[in-house]
Parts: sequence; C-alpha cells; structure tokens
Amino acid sequence: MAFLEINGLRKRYGALEVLKGIDLTLDKGGFLVLIGPSGCGKSTLLGTIAGLESISAGKISIEGQQINDLHPSKRDIAMVFQSYALYPNMTVAENMAFGMEMRGVARPEREKAVAEVAKTLQLEHLLKRRPSQLSGGQRQRVAMGRALVRQPRVFLFDEPLSNLDAKLRVDMRVEIKRLHQRTGATIVYVTHDQIEAMTLATRIAVLKDGELQQVGTPQEVYNTPANLFVADFMGSPSMNLLEGKVSRSNGAASVVIERTGTAPIAFPVPTSANVEALGEGARVIFGIRPEAVSDVESVSAKSKSVTTFTSDVEIVEPAGSDTFVVTSIAGREVTARMRSDSDIRVGQSQVFALNLDKAVLFDPATTHRI
Amino acid sequence: MTAADLVAAPRRRNYSSQSIVTRVVIYGLLGFFAIIYLVPLIVMVMTSLKPLDEVTGGNMFALPKSLTFAPWTRAWGEAAIGVSDTAGISGYFMNSIKMVVPAVVISTLLGALNGYVLTKWRFPGHKLVFGMMLFACFIPFQSVIIPMAVILGLLGQIGNQLIDTFGFSFGFGNPTVNLVLCHVVYGLGFTTLFFRNYYEAFPTELVKAAMIDGASFFQIFRRVLLPNSTPIIIVTVIYQFTNIWNDFLFGSTFAAGDQSPMTVALNNLVNTSTGVVEYNVNMAAAIIAAAPTLFVYVVAGRYFVRGLMAGAVKG
Repeated sequence: MAFLEINGLRKRYGALEVLKGIDLTLDKGGFLVLIGPSGCGKSTLLGTIAGLESISAGKISIEGQQINDLHPSKRDIAMVFQSYALYPNMTVAENMAFGMEMRGVARPEREKAVAEVAKTLQLEHLLKRRPSQLSGGQRQRVAMGRALVRQPRVFLFDEPLSNLDAKLRVDMRVEIKRLHQRTGATIVYVTHDQIEAMTLATRIAVLKDGELQQVGTPQEVYNTPANLFVADFMGSPSMNLLEGKVSRSNGAASVVIERTGTAPIAFPVPTSANVEALGEGARVIFGIRPEAVSDVESVSAKSKSVTTFTSDVEIVEPAGSDTFVVTSIAGREVTARMRSDSDIRVGQSQVFALNLDKAVLFDPATTHRI
Repeated sequence: MTAADLVAAPRRRNYSSQSIVTRVVIYGLLGFFAIIYLVPLIVMVMTSLKPLDEVTGGNMFALPKSLTFAPWTRAWGEAAIGVSDTAGISGYFMNSIKMVVPAVVISTLLGALNGYVLTKWRFPGHKLVFGMMLFACFIPFQSVIIPMAVILGLLGQIGNQLIDTFGFSFGFGNPTVNLVLCHVVYGLGFTTLFFRNYYEAFPTELVKAAMIDGASFFQIFRRVLLPNSTPIIIVTVIYQFTNIWNDFLFGSTFAAGDQSPMTVALNNLVNTSTGVVEYNVNMAAAIIAAAPTLFVYVVAGRYFVRGLMAGAVKG
C-alpha cells in the first residue's frame, strides 16, 4: 500500500466541479509535484490533502489511515504557503515553535528542535528576528523550518518559490532538493513552473481542468507525454508539433509531412509509437522536442533513426548555453536546439536532423499518444 | 544666455510669486479657522482660572489678573451637584470611568470576535448577519430607549429576586452594569464593522497556517489575529471611549442620583437654579469632563487616521 493514497477525489463548489475524480499514490520518501496551468485545481487538491478544503467525494489516506474528515492539525502534515504565512507578531524561533507549543510540547524540547532545524537551514543568527526584518529568501527558509521542525508525515508546499526573484528561486530549488535527499521526507509540491517540476519531482502529476492528464516520473512525462496537452505544457521551449499522415508500403509504415513548395518529409514511424494502430492514410500529429532537432554534426552517435530536411532559418535565439533556431514547416514553427558556437544566420538554408528515437505520435482526434 | 532662457526666466519668477501668494492664503485661512476653533477652549481655560468677581465683572477675553486654582478644586470636590450632594464631580467622574472601561473593553473584544468570525469562519448567511449588524449603526439612541428600559426593568426584577434568594444581585439592576450593557449593545454594530473590514484584508493563509499548527478557534484569535490588530483596536477604543464617555441620553435615562455618569453630573452642576452661577467652577468642571477623551486622542490619535485608512482600503 502506498504511503499517501487519493482515490476518486471530487470537489464541487455548488454546480462547479473543480476536481473531477483524482486518483494518486505516493510512496514514502517520494516527491510528488502537482503541475498545471492556473485554475487547474492543483492548489485545491493540495488544500484537500491539508484538510483546509472539504471534499465532495472520494478518499484520502496516509499510511492506510483515512484522513478525509480529520482536522488539519490531526493529519500530521505541515504546509509551506506561497506567502510564507509567518506570524508577524512572533520571532522566527516563536514562529517555528508555535505548532509544537499548540500541541503542548514542553519548552526545552521545543527549543532543542528549533535549534536543530535552525542549524540545518542556517537560520541560527535570525532566530530572534521578526518576519518583517527578513529578506524574501530568509522568510522562505523560516517557512520551511516551521514545517520541518515538527517532523510531520507529509510536507505540503504551495508554490513556495513563486514570490522569489529568478536567482534566489534557483538557489532555493537546490536547497529544497538537498533537503529532500537528506531528510527523506514525503513531499507534495504545487507549482506551475515545469523546470521546478522536472528538477525536484520523483513523480509528476499534470492536471488540467480538474482532471489528471498524466502521472509518472519526470522522464516519462517529458519523453512520452500521454497527450498533446502534456507534450505542449512540459518543456521549454515546448515540443514541436507537426501534422502528418501515415503511409504504408511493403509492410513498413512511415510518416509523411507535407510541405508547401518542396518535397514532403517522409521517415519511418518512430519506435515509441504503436505501428499496429496506424492504418494507411491515418492523420497523426508528430511531436519532437527541440533538443532532438539539430544540425547534422550534433546528432548523437547513439541515435538509431535519423532523418534530415532542409529549410530556411527564420529566427536565431542565442540563449548562452545553446542557440535556438526557429524555422517552419507547412506554416508550423519548428524550434531546433543547436550548439551555441554553431554559425547560423537568419535567412540561410540549413540542413536539420531529426532524432526520431525521441519523437512521438499523437492522434489528432483524441489528442492521446499513439 | 539664450533666447529661451530670457523668455523662461520671468515666467518662472511669476510662477513662484504666485505660489507664495497661494501659500499665504492657505496658511492664513488655516490659522484663522484654527483660532476660531480654539477660542472657546481658551476662554474656558482663562475663565476657570479667574476668581468669580473677575469673571462677572470683566472682559471674557481678558487674561486673569489674579490667578487662582480654587474653581478647579471646588469643581472636583466641593461643588453642589443637584440639591443634596455637595461633594463635587469627583464621584461622578469615577462613575463614568467605571462605566467606560468595561464597556469599551467588552464591546471592542466582541467586535473583534465578530469580525474574526465574519471573515475567517464564514457560515451560510454571514452577509445577512453582517448587514443586520451594520443596520445597528443607523439606529438612533432615542428609538432604543423604551425597549432598553423594558429589558433593564426585567434585569432589575431578576436582580431583586437574586437579592431575595442569595442576598446579592450579581450586578443585575445595578445602574453602572445597565449602562455598560446599553453601550456594549449599542456599540457592537460599529466595533463589528471596524474589525470586519480590517480582518477582510488580513491574510487568510495565516489562519490556515495556525490551523495546521494545531491552534484552536480562540487560540488563533488570541495568538494570531489580536496581536496583529493594534491599529484597528486603537481606532475602536478611541471611537467607543469618546462615544460612551460623552453619552448623555442613556446616562440620564438609566442612571439616577449619585450613580449618574459625569455628563449628567456636569449638566446638573451647570443647570443649578439656586444661588449664584459660578462660571469659573462650571468651566473647570467642563474641562475635567472633556479631559479623558482629549487624553485618549493625544496619546493614540496618530494611530486613529492610520487605522481608519488601514481598515478602509478593503472592505
């Protein structure tokens, strides 16, 4: 049995259903990231685990114990809020000890626990200060310290890094990852930032309009997205999606992408796709990540199936470590990731290589991956 | 010097002389109205420091020729209030204190509690409840006098029965307790309004964090909400203190004789129809009566505007 289990969870506000039957599991020590666009219900889902939101149907349990109707304080969870929610009238030490104080833990024990966590998070010199005297990053650390100090069964993070500036966000992301590796805590983390999701998670759950789109490891979600939404949502720049047709001849199936003015691009169906399901002339959407589109020299020697096409370069975006090159096929933009030292200019004709090992096909009617 | 400078220079001078004129007019008007506003107080203070013959015989605006504090001590401890009482206003002053302090504390606390529930523990129909409490702000004193008298009469009967059974009324029927009740009930609409608007803008995540931390309903109120409500507490205390201290209608209706609050006693002192009218004593008594509210304003006044604004931003 999984450590955290959510079965058939539904949440209604009047006639509006914001969570439409969520099933999720998380093992002890796992790091589950809930991700999706704003209004997808991810924060509500976190709220139901915390007990801050009631549920309309379904079951939530931790270690086999059903916690649906337990008061938030009885669920043995701790939560880090987006706004940190530090008590402005208390010092850092008092903030961190408040939960234990409310639970009637004796003062010496409280002080010991606070001192321990403060040492881990390098907050020792701040213990006497009030939240208003702290910087954003320090407040963030105090908020995490307040959660850590009680050693709860599950930690809940609600977009904890979204109020920080870009540099600090990266630092804190590393800090959270380190914290997770060292303490082995079980964490449920809400974000709309897919880089945070990819870097932190052991499991990612992608939500849209209150429905789970895909649950899996970061690699699964990234490399084999379950549908067009996930493919488009995860990854930056997002996956290239092109319309194509299946052509069968001599027992081999290939994908044909029509182009205006030049010969179509044709190549064998990617290995990830289920060839049996594809009939002659079936319409498909071909998806390939920008890093699987490059110049011919940079194609990995390990790739088994590569095809090339020639196209005019429209935009060059140097990003420092890489250069993104944008071209278009049949009116659709295609982004390629090139080495930053590649000498490519706008307007020139360029040979692009597609690494088909990393490509996927989608059914345009159902939007599901084939 | 370019041509542009030549053109610009006189205009600039013109502009600044205009602004000086504007300033003189503005400060002149402000000063004028400040003096008009202060004249009554100045006359009161000067009159209270003059002997009676100087008051009746001299100019109202003249400075005292022989300075005396006798009217103040007379007003405080010797002046005749009504027919029988000649102990000054000190006793009534204490009556008012005994009434104001509990009434302000209770109405402020209850208002805070109402605001907390109406914003952080919403229940179906919370808007209706708040609307009805707001309604209480618009009910004039006069219209609640008779219903209030009926209720107080009932409480008095209970008090009498308690005296018969236990030999002690537990405060039922006591005029000061009655006045505290009147003012708490009447003030509740205002204090609730203040606190509700303030807590509306209070971050709900703090309440949620405290819930997860295991704090109970009252622990959240006492440990998280109240310590962060200083501005609105000060606003409410000033407002309630001023209103209750200055109330005459409830005081004169529901408390009699030596149980009367300060305002009623002042009226009895000034409106006496026997003997000479001691203007200097009256003035001293009036200043004493106004002193506590002035004191509260001076001590906490700068929070008043700030707090009103803080509560008014969201609501």
